[in-house]
Amino acid sequence: MELKDIMKEENKVYSKPELLENVHMHYCPGCSHGVIHKLLAEVIQELGLTERTVGVSPVGCAVFAYNYIDVDWVEAAHGRAPAVATAISRLWPDDVVFTYQGDGDMAAIGTAETIHAANRGENIVMVFVNNAIYGMTGGQMAPTTLIGQKTATTPYGRRVDLNGHPLEITNLLAPLDGTCYVTRQSVHTPAAVRKTKAALKKAFQNAVAKRGTSVVEVVSTCNSGWKMTPDAANKWMAENMFEKYPLGDLKNL
Amino acid sequence: MTIQPNMKEEVRLMKGNEAIAHAVIRYGCDGYFGYPITPQSEVLETLEALMPWETTGMVVLQAESEVAAINMVYGGAASGKAVMTSSSSPGISLKQEGISYMAGAELPALILNVMRGGPGLGTIQPSQADYFQATKGGGHGDYHLIVLAPATVQEMVDFVALAFDLSFKYRTPSMILADGIVGQMMEKVVLPPQRPRRTDEEVRRQCPWAANGRKGMRKRNVITSLELESARMEEINHRLQATYRRICENETRWEEIDTENADYLIVAFGSIARICTKAKEIAEKKGIKVGIIRPITLWPFPSEAIQKAAEGKKGILCVELNAGQMIEDVRLAVHDNLPVEHYGRLGGIIPSPTEVVEALESKLVNK
Repeated sequence: MELKDIMKEENKVYSKPELLENVHMHYCPGCSHGVIHKLLAEVIQELGLTERTVGVSPVGCAVFAYNYIDVDWVEAAHGRAPAVATAISRLWPDDVVFTYQGDGDMAAIGTAETIHAANRGENIVMVFVNNAIYGMTGGQMAPTTLIGQKTATTPYGRRVDLNGHPLEITNLLAPLDGTCYVTRQSVHTPAAVRKTKAALKKAFQNAVAKRGTSVVEVVSTCNSGWKMTPDAANKWMAENMFEKYPLGDLKNL
Repeated sequence: MTIQPNMKEEVRLMKGNEAIAHAVIRYGCDGYFGYPITPQSEVLETLEALMPWETTGMVVLQAESEVAAINMVYGGAASGKAVMTSSSSPGISLKQEGISYMAGAELPALILNVMRGGPGLGTIQPSQADYFQATKGGGHGDYHLIVLAPATVQEMVDFVALAFDLSFKYRTPSMILADGIVGQMMEKVVLPPQRPRRTDEEVRRQCPWAANGRKGMRKRNVITSLELESARMEEINHRLQATYRRICENETRWEEIDTENADYLIVAFGSIARICTKAKEIAEKKGIKVGIIRPITLWPFPSEAIQKAAEGKKGILCVELNAGQMIEDVRLAVHDNLPVEHYGRLGGIIPSPTEVVEALESKLVNK
C-alpha cells in the first residue's frame, strides 16, 4: 500500500484545528502552552464562537498568543487582563471574552484585577497557566513557585522565611460569589489533555450562557525554566506540583 | 434630574464635575470606568445617579483601582467603543502605564484630570502642577496626548465632544486637564442635546481595526503595543510621530485678548486665566497695557501664536498654579527674546487679581 492510499479523508484520525495558525510557535519544545492553545482553538471552533470571541493576552510567554489563535485579541499590560476583559465583556455583552494569564500575571502583579473581576462575576473565562516560574524573563520566582524550588531569583531554593509561601490563587477565587466554575487541570497525559479540553469547553459554555466568571487553571511545565527535559518536567510536575496544586474541580455550579 | 433618550439642549447651573458627567452621556459615550478621588468624585457619583445604562445603554463601572479603571478603558477602546475615565493627580499618576499602552496601541479615549496639588498625596485643593505630566507624555516612551484645558464649566462640557472627536480622528488618547476650581465651581452651562450612541454595527464600520469579534469571519484584529523587531518598532514610532505632527499642524487652539495693543502679555491656562482677565482690567486702570493668551490645547502648544503676539512686547508673565511649568514652553516659543517671568501660588492657594498685577509690576514693569 502506498502512502497516498492511506492519506485519505476517511482515514484521518487527527487534524490541527483551523483556528490554530500555520506558524512556528515561539514556545520551547515541551512547554504546555502549545497544547493549551490547541485546546482553546478546538473549543472555540467546536462551539461556533469564532465570530464573537475576544482573547486578552498577558505579559509573559503567552504575550504572543495573538499570533497563534485566529480570533480577535487585545494584548494587556502585565496583570491587567481581567480589567481589560471586564470592559470588553460589558461593552459587547454577546461576545465571549477570555483572558490567558500566567502565574506572575494572575497571582502577583494582577492579583487585585483577578480577584475583583471574579468577585464582580464578570462574564469572562480566565485561563490560568501555572508553571511556577517566570518563563519569559528567564526563570525567576513566581508567586506559585514551590518551597525549595530553584529559580533565577531563588538560586538556593525558595525559602518561606525569605520569600513567603506559594500562593494558591485559584483556591482564593473558588469561594467568591462571582465565580460559577473553578477548576484545576493539567496537560501532561492524553487523559489530562481530554479533561482540560472538557473544562475549557464548560467554561466557554458558561460564558455563552452568561453565568459569571469561570476559571480554568492548568498546572503546566516550563522545562526550559526548570532546566529539565520535557519528560522529566512532566514527571517532576506530577510528583511535586500536584501535591500543592491538586487537580480537579474546586467549584462547579 | 434624570436622563431621557431624547434630551434637548438645556441650560443648567452646575458644578464642572457634574456638568461633564451629563456631557459624556449626551455625547453618546459608551463607557465610563473610574475610582473615587477628591476633587472629582462627583463625576462618578453623578453618572451612577443618572443611571445612563437604563436609557442610552452607557456602561458605568466603579473599578477596584485607578490602574484597573484605565485598563478597562484600554479594553473598551481596543473594542472600538468611546470610553473614558476621570481622576485627580495621584490617580492620574497611577494611570500612566495604561495611558502609555493606549498611545502605543493607537487607541482613542478620554481621560479627565481634575488637578489637585502635589507631589505625593499633596492636597485636595486646586493646582495646575500636572502640566509637565500631561503635556510631555506622562508615562514611558515617546508619545503625546491631545491636552485640552477648560477655563469654564461650559468648556468642561464642550471639550467632551472635541476630545472624543480628535481622539477618534487621530487614534490617540485625549486628556481634559482641568483643575479643582473648574471641577468644583458652579456656573451656568448649556448642555448639548442627546446624541444617540453608535450602534454596534456603526462601531464596527467606523473602527474596522477594533477587537470585538471576527463578525462575518473578517481577518482577525490584534490590539497591541508590542513589537520586538527593532526596525518595525522604529517604523511604529515614526508613524506615531507623524500623527503628532499632523495634530500640531491642525489642532492647535488658543484664545487671545487684546494682544495687539498691549505692552505686556500674560500667558495662562485654565481657571487661572480668568483671574488674569480681571488682573488685566486692574492693570489697565494703572496705565499698564496687558494682553492675554490662553492656550486651550496645552499639547499641541500654541507656540507660533505666542511668538507672534510677543513681537514688540516688553515682557511676558506666565501665571500658573504651579512652580513654573508652562513657562518652559513659552520661553521656547519666544526663544528668550524678551523677558519671560513666572508667577504662581502652590499648595492649593489661588492668587487674587491684585496679586497678579503686583507680580506683573515687580517682575516686569518696574524691573
